[in-house]
Amino acid sequence: MIELDRAGRSFKVKRALVHAVRDLSFRVEPGEFVGYLGPNGAGKSTTIKMLCGILTPTSGRVRVAGLDPSRRRTTLARRIGVVFGQRTTLWWDLPLKDSFELIRLLYKVDRKVFRERLDELVETLDLAEFLRTPVRQLSLGQRMRGDLTAALLHAPDVLVLDEPTIGLDVISKNSIRAFLLRVNAERGTTVLLTTHDLGDIERLCRRVMVIDHGRLAFDGSLEQLMATSPEETIEEVVTRLYTRAGQ
Amino acid sequence: MVRTYALLAWTWTRAAAAYPVSFALMVVFGFALAAVDVGVILVVFANTTSLAGFTRPEVLFLYGAANIAFSSVDMCVGNIDRISQHIKAGTFDAFLIRPASTWVQTTVDRFTPTRIGRVLQAVIVLGVAMAELDVPWQRVWMVPVMIATAMVIFASLWTLAGALQFVVTDAPEVCNAFTYGGGQLSQYPFSVYGRDLVRGVTYVVPLAFINWQPGLYVLGRDDPFGTPGFLRFAGPLAALLLALLAALAWRQGVRRYRSTGS
Repeated sequence: MIELDRAGRSFKVKRALVHAVRDLSFRVEPGEFVGYLGPNGAGKSTTIKMLCGILTPTSGRVRVAGLDPSRRRTTLARRIGVVFGQRTTLWWDLPLKDSFELIRLLYKVDRKVFRERLDELVETLDLAEFLRTPVRQLSLGQRMRGDLTAALLHAPDVLVLDEPTIGLDVISKNSIRAFLLRVNAERGTTVLLTTHDLGDIERLCRRVMVIDHGRLAFDGSLEQLMATSPEETIEEVVTRLYTRAGQ
Repeated sequence: MVRTYALLAWTWTRAAAAYPVSFALMVVFGFALAAVDVGVILVVFANTTSLAGFTRPEVLFLYGAANIAFSSVDMCVGNIDRISQHIKAGTFDAFLIRPASTWVQTTVDRFTPTRIGRVLQAVIVLGVAMAELDVPWQRVWMVPVMIATAMVIFASLWTLAGALQFVVTDAPEVCNAFTYGGGQLSQYPFSVYGRDLVRGVTYVVPLAFINWQPGLYVLGRDDPFGTPGFLRFAGPLAALLLALLAALAWRQGVRRYRSTGS
Protein backbone atom coordinates (compact mmCIF):
# COMPACT_ATOMS: atom_id res chain seq x y z
CA MET A 1 0.00 0.00 0.00
CA ILE A 2 2.88 2.33 0.83
CA GLU A 3 6.28 1.86 -0.69
CA LEU A 4 9.39 4.00 -0.32
CA ASP A 5 12.56 3.15 -2.16
CA ARG A 6 15.61 5.19 -1.17
CA ALA A 7 13.38 8.23 -0.97
CA GLY A 8 14.94 11.51 0.05
CA ARG A 9 14.00 15.13 0.43
CA SER A 10 16.49 17.90 0.92
CA PHE A 11 15.98 21.61 1.39
CA LYS A 12 18.28 24.46 0.57
CA VAL A 13 18.69 26.51 3.70
CA LYS A 14 20.97 29.51 3.23
CA ARG A 15 22.87 27.78 0.43
CA ALA A 16 23.53 24.68 2.52
CA LEU A 17 21.74 21.46 1.63
CA VAL A 18 19.78 20.00 4.53
CA HIS A 19 18.55 16.43 4.18
CA ALA A 20 15.25 16.13 6.01
CA VAL A 21 14.87 12.55 4.79
CA ARG A 22 17.56 10.52 3.08
CA ASP A 23 17.63 7.05 1.57
CA LEU A 24 14.46 5.99 3.31
CA SER A 25 13.06 2.61 2.30
CA PHE A 26 10.09 0.74 3.78
CA ARG A 27 6.88 -1.00 2.79
CA VAL A 28 3.50 -0.98 4.47
CA GLU A 29 1.07 -3.72 3.44
CA PRO A 30 -2.72 -3.22 3.13
CA GLY A 31 -4.52 -3.39 6.47
CA GLU A 32 -1.46 -2.69 8.62
CA PHE A 33 -1.51 -0.28 11.54
CA VAL A 34 1.91 1.33 11.75
CA GLY A 35 3.31 3.78 14.27
CA TYR A 36 5.96 6.13 12.95
CA LEU A 37 8.20 7.46 15.70
CA GLY A 38 11.13 9.77 15.88
CA PRO A 39 12.47 12.77 17.81
CA ASN A 40 11.54 16.29 16.74
CA GLY A 41 13.01 17.17 13.38
CA ALA A 42 13.75 13.55 12.50
CA GLY A 43 11.81 13.73 9.23
CA LYS A 44 8.42 12.30 10.20
CA SER A 45 6.32 15.12 8.80
CA THR A 46 8.48 15.34 5.70
CA THR A 47 7.81 11.66 5.06
CA ILE A 48 4.07 12.12 5.58
CA LYS A 49 4.07 15.10 3.22
CA MET A 50 5.83 13.09 0.54
CA LEU A 51 3.22 10.34 0.95
CA CYS A 52 0.31 12.63 0.24
CA GLY A 53 1.94 14.63 -2.54
CA ILE A 54 2.51 17.89 -0.65
CA LEU A 55 6.28 17.64 -1.04
CA THR A 56 8.01 16.32 -4.13
CA PRO A 57 10.86 13.96 -3.19
CA THR A 58 14.28 15.14 -4.36
CA SER A 59 15.53 11.59 -4.78
CA GLY A 60 14.30 8.01 -4.82
CA ARG A 61 10.84 6.62 -5.34
CA VAL A 62 7.57 6.93 -3.43
CA ARG A 63 4.43 4.91 -4.18
CA VAL A 64 1.13 5.04 -2.37
CA ALA A 65 -1.68 2.77 -3.58
CA GLY A 66 0.54 2.18 -6.61
CA LEU A 67 0.64 5.90 -7.49
CA ASP A 68 3.45 8.46 -7.55
CA PRO A 69 2.04 11.03 -5.07
CA SER A 70 3.61 14.15 -6.56
CA ARG A 71 2.64 13.34 -10.16
CA ARG A 72 -0.75 11.70 -9.56
CA ARG A 73 -1.73 13.90 -6.66
CA THR A 74 -5.43 14.32 -7.45
CA THR A 75 -6.00 10.65 -8.27
CA LEU A 76 -4.26 9.65 -5.07
CA ALA A 77 -6.24 12.18 -3.05
CA ARG A 78 -9.38 10.12 -3.59
CA ARG A 79 -7.73 7.06 -2.05
CA ILE A 80 -5.88 8.63 0.85
CA GLY A 81 -7.12 10.41 3.96
CA VAL A 82 -4.78 12.85 5.68
CA VAL A 83 -4.99 14.44 9.12
CA PHE A 84 -2.55 16.96 10.52
CA GLY A 85 -2.86 17.30 14.27
CA GLN A 86 -1.11 20.66 14.32
CA ARG A 87 -3.17 22.27 11.62
CA THR A 88 -6.66 21.79 10.31
CA THR A 89 -7.36 21.07 6.66
CA LEU A 90 -10.93 22.26 7.12
CA TRP A 91 -12.17 25.66 6.01
CA TRP A 92 -11.51 27.97 8.92
CA ASP A 93 -14.49 30.29 8.46
CA LEU A 94 -17.10 27.77 7.42
CA PRO A 95 -19.34 25.74 9.73
CA LEU A 96 -18.20 22.14 10.07
CA LYS A 97 -21.26 21.01 8.12
CA ASP A 98 -20.32 23.21 5.14
CA SER A 99 -16.75 21.92 5.22
CA PHE A 100 -18.08 18.38 4.92
CA GLU A 101 -20.38 19.42 2.09
CA LEU A 102 -17.38 20.93 0.26
CA ILE A 103 -15.55 17.67 0.71
CA ARG A 104 -18.49 15.76 -0.72
CA LEU A 105 -18.37 17.99 -3.79
CA LEU A 106 -14.59 17.87 -4.17
CA TYR A 107 -14.38 14.09 -3.81
CA LYS A 108 -17.56 13.57 -5.86
CA VAL A 109 -19.10 11.31 -3.22
CA ASP A 110 -22.62 10.18 -4.06
CA ARG A 111 -25.16 12.11 -1.96
CA LYS A 112 -26.80 9.05 -0.48
CA VAL A 113 -23.55 7.26 0.35
CA PHE A 114 -22.25 10.50 1.85
CA ARG A 115 -25.33 10.90 4.04
CA GLU A 116 -24.91 7.40 5.44
CA ARG A 117 -21.18 7.80 6.11
CA LEU A 118 -21.61 11.20 7.69
CA ASP A 119 -24.44 9.98 9.94
CA GLU A 120 -22.28 7.10 11.09
CA LEU A 121 -19.25 9.31 11.74
CA VAL A 122 -21.33 11.97 13.49
CA GLU A 123 -22.65 9.33 15.81
CA THR A 124 -19.39 7.51 16.59
CA LEU A 125 -17.37 10.70 16.99
CA ASP A 126 -20.21 12.60 18.67
CA LEU A 127 -20.20 15.64 16.40
CA ALA A 128 -23.90 16.50 16.39
CA GLU A 129 -23.76 19.42 18.83
CA PHE A 130 -21.14 21.45 16.94
CA LEU A 131 -21.92 20.68 13.30
CA ARG A 132 -23.10 24.27 12.75
CA THR A 133 -20.16 25.91 14.50
CA PRO A 134 -17.47 27.56 12.34
CA VAL A 135 -14.24 25.59 12.48
CA ARG A 136 -12.30 28.47 14.07
CA GLN A 137 -14.58 28.34 17.13
CA LEU A 138 -14.16 24.62 17.78
CA SER A 139 -12.10 23.30 20.69
CA LEU A 140 -9.02 21.28 19.79
CA GLY A 141 -10.74 17.98 20.53
CA GLN A 142 -13.80 18.90 18.51
CA ARG A 143 -11.67 20.12 15.63
CA MET A 144 -9.65 16.94 15.60
CA ARG A 145 -12.80 14.85 15.43
CA GLY A 146 -13.99 17.07 12.60
CA ASP A 147 -10.69 16.61 10.77
CA LEU A 148 -10.88 12.84 11.21
CA THR A 149 -14.40 12.80 9.81
CA ALA A 150 -13.28 14.91 6.85
CA ALA A 151 -10.45 12.48 6.14
CA LEU A 152 -12.79 9.48 6.10
CA LEU A 153 -15.85 10.76 4.23
CA HIS A 154 -14.50 9.48 0.93
CA ALA A 155 -13.69 6.05 2.43
CA PRO A 156 -9.94 6.08 1.69
CA ASP A 157 -7.82 2.92 1.50
CA VAL A 158 -4.99 4.58 3.43
CA LEU A 159 -5.21 6.92 6.39
CA VAL A 160 -2.16 8.99 7.24
CA LEU A 161 -2.16 10.85 10.52
CA ASP A 162 0.48 13.34 11.67
CA GLU A 163 0.24 13.62 15.46
CA PRO A 164 -3.53 13.13 15.66
CA THR A 165 -3.63 13.11 19.47
CA ILE A 166 -1.41 16.13 20.12
CA GLY A 167 -2.77 18.37 22.86
CA LEU A 168 -5.87 16.27 23.51
CA ASP A 169 -7.19 15.36 26.96
CA VAL A 170 -7.35 11.72 28.11
CA ILE A 171 -10.99 11.24 27.17
CA SER A 172 -10.65 12.69 23.67
CA LYS A 173 -7.49 10.66 23.15
CA ASN A 174 -9.23 7.48 24.13
CA SER A 175 -12.22 8.06 21.92
CA ILE A 176 -9.99 8.83 18.94
CA ARG A 177 -7.85 5.76 19.58
CA ALA A 178 -10.90 3.50 19.84
CA PHE A 179 -12.24 4.99 16.65
CA LEU A 180 -9.00 4.44 14.72
CA LEU A 181 -8.84 0.81 15.83
CA ARG A 182 -12.39 0.33 14.63
CA VAL A 183 -11.72 1.89 11.23
CA ASN A 184 -8.68 -0.32 10.79
CA ALA A 185 -10.50 -3.49 11.91
CA GLU A 186 -13.84 -2.98 10.21
CA ARG A 187 -12.85 -1.37 6.95
CA GLY A 188 -9.36 -2.78 6.64
CA THR A 189 -8.04 0.76 6.17
CA THR A 190 -4.25 0.93 6.28
CA VAL A 191 -3.17 3.39 8.96
CA LEU A 192 0.15 5.15 9.38
CA LEU A 193 0.46 7.56 12.26
CA THR A 194 3.18 9.68 13.77
CA THR A 195 3.06 10.57 17.42
CA HIS A 196 5.04 11.60 20.45
CA ASP A 197 2.51 9.92 22.70
CA LEU A 198 3.78 6.44 23.40
CA GLY A 199 0.34 5.49 24.70
CA ASP A 200 -0.82 5.72 21.08
CA ILE A 201 1.84 3.21 20.11
CA GLU A 202 1.05 0.78 22.93
CA ARG A 203 -2.68 0.92 22.37
CA LEU A 204 -2.77 1.00 18.58
CA CYS A 205 0.25 -0.09 16.63
CA ARG A 206 1.19 -3.64 15.77
CA ARG A 207 4.23 -2.37 13.95
CA VAL A 208 6.59 0.45 14.88
CA MET A 209 9.08 2.31 12.74
CA VAL A 210 11.56 4.73 14.23
CA ILE A 211 13.17 7.38 12.09
CA ASP A 212 16.13 9.50 13.05
CA HIS A 213 18.15 12.02 11.07
CA GLY A 214 16.09 11.08 8.05
CA ARG A 215 16.92 7.38 8.22
CA LEU A 216 15.13 4.33 9.57
CA ALA A 217 16.57 3.37 12.96
CA PHE A 218 14.11 0.59 13.82
CA ASP A 219 11.35 -1.34 12.07
CA GLY A 220 9.49 -4.21 13.75
CA SER A 221 6.69 -5.24 16.07
CA LEU A 222 6.07 -3.63 19.45
CA GLU A 223 7.48 -6.76 21.15
CA GLN A 224 10.65 -6.58 19.09
CA LEU A 225 10.97 -2.90 19.98
CA MET A 226 10.71 -3.73 23.67
CA ALA A 227 13.33 -6.47 23.27
CA THR A 228 15.93 -4.06 21.87
CA SER A 229 16.98 -3.00 25.37
CA PRO A 230 16.72 -4.23 28.95
CA GLU A 231 14.49 -1.36 30.09
CA GLU A 232 11.00 -2.00 31.34
CA THR A 233 8.74 0.72 30.01
CA ILE A 234 8.24 1.87 26.44
CA GLU A 235 9.33 5.41 27.45
CA GLU A 236 12.71 4.12 28.53
CA VAL A 237 13.13 1.90 25.47
CA VAL A 238 12.32 4.74 23.11
CA THR A 239 14.51 7.20 25.03
CA ARG A 240 17.43 4.82 24.67
CA LEU A 241 16.70 4.31 21.00
CA TYR A 242 16.54 8.08 20.36
CA THR A 243 19.78 8.76 22.26
CA ARG A 244 21.61 5.91 20.59
CA ALA A 245 20.44 6.97 17.16
CA GLY A 246 21.48 10.51 17.94
CA GLN A 247 25.11 9.56 18.52
CA MET B 1 -12.47 22.46 -13.27
CA VAL B 2 -15.32 24.84 -14.03
CA ARG B 3 -17.72 22.62 -12.10
CA THR B 4 -15.43 22.50 -9.06
CA TYR B 5 -15.00 26.26 -9.20
CA ALA B 6 -18.72 26.90 -9.44
CA LEU B 7 -19.52 24.54 -6.57
CA LEU B 8 -16.91 26.06 -4.28
CA ALA B 9 -17.89 29.59 -5.24
CA TRP B 10 -21.50 28.81 -4.42
CA THR B 11 -20.58 27.50 -0.97
CA TRP B 12 -18.60 30.66 -0.20
CA THR B 13 -21.40 32.84 -1.52
CA ARG B 14 -23.86 31.14 0.80
CA ALA B 15 -21.46 31.69 3.68
CA ALA B 16 -21.19 35.40 2.78
CA ALA B 17 -24.96 35.66 2.45
CA ALA B 18 -25.18 34.90 6.18
CA TYR B 19 -24.35 38.61 6.62
CA PRO B 20 -26.78 40.22 4.14
CA VAL B 21 -26.27 43.84 5.19
CA SER B 22 -22.50 43.75 4.87
CA PHE B 23 -22.94 41.93 1.57
CA ALA B 24 -25.24 44.60 0.14
CA LEU B 25 -23.02 47.43 1.39
CA MET B 26 -19.97 45.89 -0.28
CA VAL B 27 -21.79 45.66 -3.60
CA VAL B 28 -22.94 49.28 -3.37
CA PHE B 29 -19.52 50.55 -2.28
CA GLY B 30 -17.84 48.68 -5.12
CA PHE B 31 -20.23 50.25 -7.56
CA ALA B 32 -19.74 53.74 -6.11
CA LEU B 33 -15.97 53.46 -5.95
CA ALA B 34 -15.79 52.40 -9.59
CA ALA B 35 -18.07 55.30 -10.51
CA VAL B 36 -15.35 57.67 -9.27
CA ASP B 37 -13.05 56.41 -12.05
CA VAL B 38 -15.68 57.28 -14.63
CA GLY B 39 -16.21 60.59 -12.88
CA VAL B 40 -12.53 61.41 -13.49
CA ILE B 41 -12.89 60.66 -17.20
CA LEU B 42 -16.00 62.81 -17.40
CA VAL B 43 -14.27 65.69 -15.62
CA VAL B 44 -11.42 65.52 -18.14
CA PHE B 45 -13.89 65.69 -20.99
CA ALA B 46 -15.73 68.60 -19.43
CA ASN B 47 -12.59 70.62 -20.25
CA THR B 48 -11.63 69.15 -23.59
CA THR B 49 -13.27 67.30 -26.47
CA SER B 50 -10.46 64.88 -27.10
CA LEU B 51 -7.93 63.00 -25.01
CA ALA B 52 -4.79 62.05 -26.95
CA GLY B 53 -6.93 61.96 -30.09
CA PHE B 54 -9.86 60.05 -28.63
CA THR B 55 -13.39 61.31 -28.02
CA ARG B 56 -15.35 60.81 -24.83
CA PRO B 57 -17.43 57.81 -25.95
CA GLU B 58 -14.28 56.20 -27.38
CA VAL B 59 -12.42 56.54 -24.10
CA LEU B 60 -15.45 55.26 -22.20
CA PHE B 61 -15.62 52.33 -24.59
CA LEU B 62 -11.97 51.40 -23.89
CA TYR B 63 -12.52 51.93 -20.17
CA GLY B 64 -15.70 49.81 -20.06
CA ALA B 65 -14.28 46.90 -22.04
CA ALA B 66 -11.10 46.73 -19.96
CA ASN B 67 -12.97 47.05 -16.70
CA ILE B 68 -15.52 44.35 -17.37
CA ALA B 69 -12.60 41.99 -17.81
CA PHE B 70 -10.51 43.41 -14.97
CA SER B 71 -13.29 43.48 -12.38
CA SER B 72 -14.65 40.05 -13.16
CA VAL B 73 -11.17 38.50 -13.09
CA ASP B 74 -10.38 40.42 -9.91
CA MET B 75 -13.51 38.87 -8.39
CA CYS B 76 -12.94 35.32 -9.65
CA VAL B 77 -9.15 34.94 -9.73
CA GLY B 78 -7.82 37.90 -7.70
CA ASN B 79 -7.86 35.94 -4.43
CA ILE B 80 -4.82 34.13 -5.78
CA ASP B 81 -2.73 36.95 -4.33
CA ARG B 82 -3.46 35.51 -0.87
CA ILE B 83 -1.16 32.66 -1.87
CA SER B 84 1.82 34.19 -0.10
CA GLN B 85 -0.06 33.93 3.21
CA HIS B 86 -0.97 30.33 2.45
CA ILE B 87 2.65 29.56 1.64
CA LYS B 88 4.05 31.27 4.72
CA ALA B 89 1.51 29.69 7.07
CA GLY B 90 1.78 26.31 5.37
CA THR B 91 -1.98 26.20 4.83
CA PHE B 92 -1.35 25.48 1.17
CA ASP B 93 -0.97 21.88 2.41
CA ALA B 94 -4.73 21.67 2.75
CA PHE B 95 -5.19 22.44 -0.96
CA LEU B 96 -2.69 19.78 -1.93
CA ILE B 97 -4.47 16.94 -0.19
CA ARG B 98 -7.74 17.56 -2.05
CA PRO B 99 -8.56 15.95 -5.39
CA ALA B 100 -8.91 19.24 -7.21
CA SER B 101 -6.65 21.67 -9.02
CA THR B 102 -4.64 23.80 -6.62
CA TRP B 103 -5.23 26.76 -8.93
CA VAL B 104 -9.00 26.43 -8.67
CA GLN B 105 -8.85 26.00 -4.91
CA THR B 106 -6.59 29.02 -4.46
CA THR B 107 -8.54 31.33 -6.73
CA VAL B 108 -11.93 30.42 -5.28
CA ASP B 109 -10.79 30.52 -1.65
CA ARG B 110 -13.04 32.97 0.21
CA PHE B 111 -14.81 33.91 -2.98
CA THR B 112 -17.24 36.78 -2.53
CA PRO B 113 -19.48 38.02 -5.31
CA THR B 114 -19.52 41.52 -3.81
CA ARG B 115 -17.27 42.88 -6.55
CA ILE B 116 -20.12 42.25 -8.95
CA GLY B 117 -20.93 45.95 -8.36
CA ARG B 118 -17.78 46.95 -10.23
CA VAL B 119 -18.50 44.58 -13.09
CA LEU B 120 -22.03 45.93 -13.37
CA GLN B 121 -20.75 49.49 -13.48
CA ALA B 122 -18.32 48.61 -16.28
CA VAL B 123 -21.09 46.89 -18.26
CA ILE B 124 -23.22 50.02 -18.02
CA VAL B 125 -20.34 52.27 -19.13
CA LEU B 126 -19.61 50.02 -22.09
CA GLY B 127 -23.31 49.89 -23.03
CA VAL B 128 -23.65 53.70 -22.95
CA ALA B 129 -20.42 54.16 -24.93
CA MET B 130 -21.46 51.62 -27.56
CA ALA B 131 -24.84 53.28 -27.95
CA GLU B 132 -23.17 56.64 -28.54
CA LEU B 133 -20.49 55.27 -30.86
CA ASP B 134 -22.70 53.46 -33.32
CA VAL B 135 -20.06 50.85 -34.19
CA PRO B 136 -20.81 49.23 -37.59
CA TRP B 137 -22.20 45.75 -37.06
CA GLN B 138 -19.40 44.11 -39.11
CA ARG B 139 -16.93 45.05 -36.39
CA VAL B 140 -19.08 44.43 -33.32
CA TRP B 141 -17.97 40.75 -33.12
CA MET B 142 -14.61 41.96 -31.89
CA VAL B 143 -16.14 43.32 -28.67
CA PRO B 144 -16.87 39.96 -26.99
CA VAL B 145 -13.59 38.59 -28.39
CA MET B 146 -11.58 41.41 -26.85
CA ILE B 147 -13.31 41.08 -23.49
CA ALA B 148 -12.64 37.33 -23.41
CA THR B 149 -9.03 37.95 -24.47
CA ALA B 150 -8.64 40.55 -21.75
CA MET B 151 -10.01 38.14 -19.14
CA VAL B 152 -7.48 35.50 -20.12
CA ILE B 153 -4.67 38.06 -20.01
CA PHE B 154 -5.64 39.36 -16.57
CA ALA B 155 -6.15 35.84 -15.20
CA SER B 156 -2.74 34.83 -16.55
CA LEU B 157 -1.06 37.86 -15.02
CA TRP B 158 -2.59 37.08 -11.64
CA THR B 159 -1.52 33.46 -11.95
CA LEU B 160 2.03 34.43 -12.90
CA ALA B 161 2.13 36.76 -9.93
CA GLY B 162 0.85 33.95 -7.73
CA ALA B 163 3.39 31.48 -9.09
CA LEU B 164 6.15 33.98 -8.35
CA GLN B 165 5.16 33.91 -4.66
CA PHE B 166 6.46 30.37 -4.40
CA VAL B 167 9.93 31.75 -5.15
CA VAL B 168 9.80 35.12 -3.42
CA THR B 169 7.20 34.91 -0.66
CA ASP B 170 7.79 38.48 0.42
CA ALA B 171 6.88 40.33 -2.72
CA PRO B 172 3.12 40.38 -3.27
CA GLU B 173 3.34 44.15 -3.84
CA VAL B 174 5.65 43.74 -6.82
CA CYS B 175 3.08 41.47 -8.36
CA ASN B 176 0.27 43.95 -7.78
CA ALA B 177 2.17 46.36 -10.01
CA PHE B 178 1.39 44.09 -12.93
CA THR B 179 -2.15 43.04 -12.06
CA TYR B 180 -3.69 46.20 -10.64
CA GLY B 181 -1.21 48.30 -12.59
CA GLY B 182 -2.34 46.62 -15.79
CA GLY B 183 -5.94 47.29 -14.87
CA GLN B 184 -5.25 50.98 -14.25
CA LEU B 185 -3.13 51.36 -17.35
CA SER B 186 -5.77 50.05 -19.72
CA GLN B 187 -8.38 52.51 -18.47
CA TYR B 188 -7.05 55.12 -20.88
CA PRO B 189 -6.17 55.03 -24.57
CA PHE B 190 -2.52 54.03 -24.86
CA SER B 191 -1.79 57.13 -26.92
CA VAL B 192 -1.60 59.11 -23.66
CA TYR B 193 1.49 57.09 -22.70
CA GLY B 194 5.07 57.26 -23.93
CA ARG B 195 6.16 55.23 -26.94
CA ASP B 196 8.61 53.01 -25.01
CA LEU B 197 6.05 52.10 -22.37
CA VAL B 198 3.54 51.16 -25.05
CA ARG B 199 6.16 49.11 -26.85
CA GLY B 200 6.88 47.28 -23.60
CA VAL B 201 3.26 46.50 -22.88
CA THR B 202 2.75 45.33 -26.47
CA TYR B 203 5.70 43.03 -26.96
CA VAL B 204 6.83 42.11 -23.45
CA VAL B 205 3.79 42.05 -21.16
CA PRO B 206 0.88 41.91 -23.64
CA LEU B 207 -1.28 44.51 -21.90
CA ALA B 208 -1.91 46.25 -25.21
CA PHE B 209 -4.17 43.39 -26.27
CA ILE B 210 -6.54 43.93 -23.36
CA ASN B 211 -8.41 46.73 -25.08
CA TRP B 212 -6.01 48.94 -27.02
CA GLN B 213 -5.20 46.91 -30.13
CA PRO B 214 -8.61 45.23 -30.62
CA GLY B 215 -10.27 48.49 -29.53
CA LEU B 216 -8.57 50.33 -32.38
CA TYR B 217 -10.19 47.87 -34.78
CA VAL B 218 -13.65 48.27 -33.24
CA LEU B 219 -13.31 52.04 -33.36
CA GLY B 220 -12.01 51.88 -36.95
CA ARG B 221 -8.80 53.76 -36.19
CA ASP B 222 -5.15 53.52 -37.11
CA ASP B 223 -2.62 53.12 -34.36
CA PRO B 224 -1.06 56.48 -33.56
CA PHE B 225 2.15 54.53 -32.84
CA GLY B 226 2.03 52.96 -36.31
CA THR B 227 2.10 49.28 -35.30
CA PRO B 228 1.26 46.80 -38.10
CA GLY B 229 -2.45 46.08 -38.69
CA PHE B 230 -2.35 42.36 -37.94
CA LEU B 231 -1.68 43.17 -34.28
CA ARG B 232 -5.35 44.21 -33.95
CA PHE B 233 -6.23 40.52 -34.25
CA ALA B 234 -3.23 39.05 -32.42
CA GLY B 235 -4.90 39.36 -29.00
CA PRO B 236 -6.23 35.79 -28.64
CA LEU B 237 -2.87 34.34 -29.66
CA ALA B 238 -0.97 36.57 -27.21
CA ALA B 239 -3.46 35.66 -24.49
CA LEU B 240 -3.06 31.96 -25.21
CA LEU B 241 0.73 32.17 -25.03
CA LEU B 242 0.56 34.08 -21.78
CA ALA B 243 -1.91 31.56 -20.35
CA LEU B 244 0.41 28.67 -21.24
CA LEU B 245 3.31 30.44 -19.62
CA ALA B 246 1.21 31.08 -16.52
CA ALA B 247 0.08 27.44 -16.30
CA LEU B 248 3.66 26.25 -16.59
CA ALA B 249 4.85 28.72 -13.97
CA TRP B 250 2.09 27.69 -11.57
CA ARG B 251 3.00 24.01 -11.95
CA GLN B 252 6.64 24.72 -11.28
CA GLY B 253 5.71 26.88 -8.32
CA VAL B 254 3.65 24.11 -6.73
CA ARG B 255 6.48 21.63 -7.22
CA ARG B 256 8.81 24.03 -5.45
CA TYR B 257 6.46 24.38 -2.50
CA ARG B 258 8.33 23.54 0.70
CA SER B 259 5.52 23.48 3.22
CA THR B 260 6.41 24.45 6.80
CA GLY B 261 7.71 22.61 9.85
CA SER B 262 5.78 19.76 11.52
